[in-house]
Amino acid sequence: MASSAPVWNPSSKQLLLIKLALIALSLLPLLRLFGDLGPNPPEFVSHHTGTWTFNFLLLTLLISPLRAWTGAHWLLRLRRNLGVLSFFYALLHVSAFVIFEHQFDITEIAKDVLDRPFITVGFAAFVLMIPLALTSNNRAVAYLGGKRWRELHRMVYAIGILAAIHYLWLSKVTTYFYPLTYTILLVLLLGWRAARFMDKSRPPSPPQHDKEQPIQFFKQKPKD
Amino acid sequence: MLIKTPTDHALATSEITPESIYAQRRQFLQIAGAGLLASALPNLALAAPLPKFKPGTPIPDEPSTPLSTLTTYGNFYEFGPSKDSPARNSSSLKTSPWSVEVDGEVLKPGRFDLDDILRMGAMEERIYRLRCVEGWSVVVPWVGFPLAQLLNKVQPKGNARYVEFWSLADPEQMPYVRFPTLDWPYREALRLDEAMHPLTILAVGMYGQVLPKPNGAPIRLVVPWKYGFKSGKSLVRIRLVEQQPKTTWMKAAPGEYGFYANVNPEVSHPRWSQAKERRLGEFFRRPTLPFNGYADQVSSLYTGMDLNRNF
Repeated sequence: MASSAPVWNPSSKQLLLIKLALIALSLLPLLRLFGDLGPNPPEFVSHHTGTWTFNFLLLTLLISPLRAWTGAHWLLRLRRNLGVLSFFYALLHVSAFVIFEHQFDITEIAKDVLDRPFITVGFAAFVLMIPLALTSNNRAVAYLGGKRWRELHRMVYAIGILAAIHYLWLSKVTTYFYPLTYTILLVLLLGWRAARFMDKSRPPSPPQHDKEQPIQFFKQKPKD
Repeated sequence: MLIKTPTDHALATSEITPESIYAQRRQFLQIAGAGLLASALPNLALAAPLPKFKPGTPIPDEPSTPLSTLTTYGNFYEFGPSKDSPARNSSSLKTSPWSVEVDGEVLKPGRFDLDDILRMGAMEERIYRLRCVEGWSVVVPWVGFPLAQLLNKVQPKGNARYVEFWSLADPEQMPYVRFPTLDWPYREALRLDEAMHPLTILAVGMYGQVLPKPNGAPIRLVVPWKYGFKSGKSLVRIRLVEQQPKTTWMKAAPGEYGFYANVNPEVSHPRWSQAKERRLGEFFRRPTLPFNGYADQVSSLYTGMDLNRNF
């Protein structure tokens, strides 16, 4: 439900600045990778890039409810950036796996993906992200048409669920706090959509027009 | 903990540079760095050196992991869930006074002060690999003595078949004991022959100094051919029992952590393979060795055992 107060709408120049600021901020986690990586750098890089993949995924899913609550429809223009950023960090995360864990050995990678269930799930999530990344541009939207594009990009829900399972499965029981928190946030964001879906599938109520007189039935014809 | 004032022992101990330190002189910068680290993180302060000990033999081609790494990277869930939690939160651990209760199926049970324990056995340096079940490993120059010396002193009875090790679980000193992440206190156990094996030690120091708090001060178990979680830290009780006990990790995740927990590249953890490990400080992973490289000394303990079932 949109608020009745007028919502600030950025001009195209302001929106560009906002997008540039967003991209600048979102590269800070990348810069962190050039700092102190601690005693186990491969573990840190993998954990850091994985966490930020999930962070941007959750931010992407946050846009629609945020729009609905604040009426700031321009936020939708940021969603694509957030989605692509999620994919960018996912690429870094998968690269860390390929380089540090298996030194580019394709056979070992294939064995691992099949051997370790949490990697199977993570890899599946990444594979599902690829068509979304490839169709994130305007040409793809035009080619697919709005409806088909929307249906394709609903795969982000499955990606989120796979990511949550991946994170839970690789954690020891003593370190469940973070993966559980991410799972709860994901459930809330998906839950909002589920609620909206239920709402939409109820038949729409008849249009209410303020200016129209309601139909009144008199027992007697009123005296003028 | 032996508190030596400078007048007690003059220059005797400090004059002799333990061979291990001399051999690691190139890592001096890292140790000095740890000293700087110590001033920043008081719980890592290098306390009084230990009584004289016989220097150990380094592992060929496998350098010891720097002290600063050993104290800032590890799992000690009583102090928090992250790898650096022990370094940040363990300053609240009070290591003096400290005593270890030894009881159960023994003829001479007792409560031993740390000072008594330090005088009990001939101190030696043992440079061991330590392999975590998570897939990383280090090399640690421990200072300690064989557990067998303590066990022989208390004289296990004929029906004693297992040894339990209980760690401190004081919520006042260890903030995360308030959370039921594990069933506190942390309990580990060994079969009696594993406990009596010459490789099994009670460690009271590393790098020639008393154990840092993040590493399980003031006294801990070290069983180098098993996954690190078997080597209980900050021990307060050792108990000899007849039945195989259920250890903390067996209770937490019985399908994943067994009683024996022998390092074995051929037996996977249900969620990850154990064939390779990341030696901290190295870029590429290295193959994991059966029994962590101690196979020729311990595999005879397990002849005829199905190591897949007894994991």
